[in-house]
Amino acid sequence: MTKIVKLIIGLVMLPAMLTAQPVEMADTMRSEGKIYVVVAILLLIFAGLIGYLIMLDRKISKIEKKLPPEG
Amino acid sequence: MKTWAKVLSVVLLVYTIVAGFLLDVPRLNIVNESIRALYFHVPMWFGMIALFTVSLVYSILYLNKPSFKRDAYSVEFVHAGIILNLLGLTTGMIWANYTWGSPWHGDPKQNGAAIALLIYLAYFVLRGSIENEDQKARLSAVYNIFAYAAMIPLLFIIPRMTSSMHPGNGGNPGFNMYDLDSQMRLVFYPAVIGWGLLGTWIATLRVRVRLINDKLLNLEND
Repeated sequence: MTKIVKLIIGLVMLPAMLTAQPVEMADTMRSEGKIYVVVAILLLIFAGLIGYLIMLDRKISKIEKKLPPEG
Repeated sequence: MKTWAKVLSVVLLVYTIVAGFLLDVPRLNIVNESIRALYFHVPMWFGMIALFTVSLVYSILYLNKPSFKRDAYSVEFVHAGIILNLLGLTTGMIWANYTWGSPWHGDPKQNGAAIALLIYLAYFVLRGSIENEDQKARLSAVYNIFAYAAMIPLLFIIPRMTSSMHPGNGGNPGFNMYDLDSQMRLVFYPAVIGWGLLGTWIATLRVRVRLINDKLLNLEND
C-alpha cells in the first residue's frame, strides 16, 4: 500500500523534479539578480536624453548660421 | 565646447552606468548595495563645484573687462550648477532615508548644501530685480564672487569642524573612499569628469541661445 502511495507521489513530483534541473540558456540578462536589465534601462534613458541634447545642439547651430556674422 | 569633449562626456557616463552597477563594491553593513549611489550622488556635487568655479572665473573676467559674452557664461554656469545642486540634494535625501534613517538629517553638510542653494538662488533674485543690463551684469558678478566664497566654507570647512555623517568629515570615518577602496575610484573619477562635462555642455547650449538673443536684439535696434 505504502509503495503504491510513494509511486503516485513520485509520478506527480516527476515533472517538477525535471524542470528543477538547471538548463543553460543564453540568459545574460536573466543572471545575477537581473541587474543587467536595470543597466539596459538606464542606458536607454541616458541615450534618449543625450540624443535630445544632440538635437538641441544641432538646432542651435542652424540658427547661429542663419544670423549674420560678427560685426 | 569642442565635439570631442561632448563625446568624452557621453563615453564616460555610459561607462559609469555599466561599471557602476556591474563592478564589485565593498560589502559594508547598512549601506549594502546603496554604496553604488556614490557613483551618481557625489559627482553631482563635484560637477556643481566645477560649474560654479567656471562661473566665478567669468565673473572676475567680466569685472576686469565687461562683455555680454562673459556675463552670459557666468549666468548659465550658475544655472547648470543649480540643477546639479538640486539633483545632489534630492539624491542625497533618498540615500539618507535608507542609510541614516530619515531624508533630512540636519547633517552639517546637508544643511550647508541647502544654504548654498539659497545663496545661489538669490543670485537670480538679484538679477531679476535690476532693469539696467550693465548694472545687472556688474552687480551680479560681484555677488557671484561672494556666493562662491560663502559656498566653500559651507560645504568643505564647517562639516569638517563639526561631526558630519558624510564620510571624510568630522569624527565619522564611515566608508571613506579615500582610504578604503581603490577600485571604486576607477568608476568614481570618470563619473565626476563625465558629469562635469555634461553640465558644461548644457550650460554652453544656453550661453549660445543667450548670444543669439542678444544678436537678434541688436539687429532689431539697428
